[in-house]
Amino acid sequence: MTDREVSAEPLRVSILSQGSYLIASIHTALDDGQLVRFQRDLIDRIGSQRARGVVIDVAALDVLDSFGSRTLRDIARMSRLRGAETVIVGIAPELAVSMVRLGLQLEMPTALDLEEGLAYLRSVTGTAILP
Amino acid sequence: MTSTTPDGLAGAEATAGDDLLLPELVAHLREHRTQLRREWANRITDESLLSAMTPQEIFSEATSVYDNYVGVLETGSVEALQDYARDLSERIIPRGVETNEVVGIVLLLRDVLARSLFEKYHNDFGLLNRVLDAYEPAANRIANTVAVSFVQERERVIRQQADAIRELSTPVLQVRERLLILPIIGVLDDQRADQLTEQLLGGIRRHRAKVVVIDITGVPEITAEVANHLVQAVDASRLMGAGVIITGLSPEIAQTLVTIGVDLTKMNTVGDLQGGIEEAERLLGFRVTRASDEDG
Repeated sequence: MTDREVSAEPLRVSILSQGSYLIASIHTALDDGQLVRFQRDLIDRIGSQRARGVVIDVAALDVLDSFGSRTLRDIARMSRLRGAETVIVGIAPELAVSMVRLGLQLEMPTALDLEEGLAYLRSVTGTAILP
Repeated sequence: MTSTTPDGLAGAEATAGDDLLLPELVAHLREHRTQLRREWANRITDESLLSAMTPQEIFSEATSVYDNYVGVLETGSVEALQDYARDLSERIIPRGVETNEVVGIVLLLRDVLARSLFEKYHNDFGLLNRVLDAYEPAANRIANTVAVSFVQERERVIRQQADAIRELSTPVLQVRERLLILPIIGVLDDQRADQLTEQLLGGIRRHRAKVVVIDITGVPEITAEVANHLVQAVDASRLMGAGVIITGLSPEIAQTLVTIGVDLTKMNTVGDLQGGIEEAERLLGFRVTRASDEDG
């Protein structure tokens, strides 16, 4: 992610709603502008959908720079303030190694994949909220 | 390989005659095959080369090498010899035959044959010289080919074994659903630590593991770099949603880690492998009970 310009292209991220959880999938590497827009959209959606949990799927990413990991961390903190727990899922082995080598700390829950992430959210937010 | 013709002009003049020298040489070696071959085999035994092989084996290999040798002198092509030498190396390397033995026997053959040429041509010194001019480069090339083939084969075997060891050195084993163990035996160096991380993360993804127990009972010592590698591997596992329990830290390693100040506060360590597996089962919600207790 060397390109630091705000891009006019449509977001490469989808945010789906599943019960009281939001599932945000990042499909391709995002530049800083796209990350900021993603952050804003997601925080908005937490309010409008009354979400209790957020899963961010980064399976398609093979790199994450310091700005990217900081943005994810900020999303988790802001989500918590708006009443939703966040979990990152789908970090590939190569990405995990490169993040550790770069000393990037996520300081937030992670899970293997979407299924695990949803299971984690159920365990921390309780199933009572599901219809 | 350069020709050892002493005088360029004389060599050029003698070329026509020399063309016939090699065939003559070959005919001579074929004619005295039995005797020369036995002499050679005897000298191999005398110098206690190829001690890993029985005299019968030495004799039969000596026969093949001899025929190949003469074949190369005749055709000038070392390809067949190369194949044979590789094949021979493949057979004798597992039996512990050393490079010096292989080089030794080829040089012995060269000497045995040279002696027989001396004997045959000792009356005509000029002719002997020209015969040797034809013989020596070919003989040297043969010695070279055999030695190189042998060493190449050895290197191939060593590479193969190193690969096998590398593959076997960090097994990833599933003991329960979502629970892996990685027993590590032997010294951990940077390269192995890297490989360990790779296997660990790959295993987590493949087995959808939630807890991994890394047992380092069999690791005698650890350096600061490797310890940091281990910490990184644990961090990377956590990013993939798996917790790591390290077991079997020896007193020496515990002391080293504390002395060099590796931050292990985030590491979950348990005394031995059994304790580690029990802890992992607890984390995963398994409860292991004796069948008899259950019945009672």
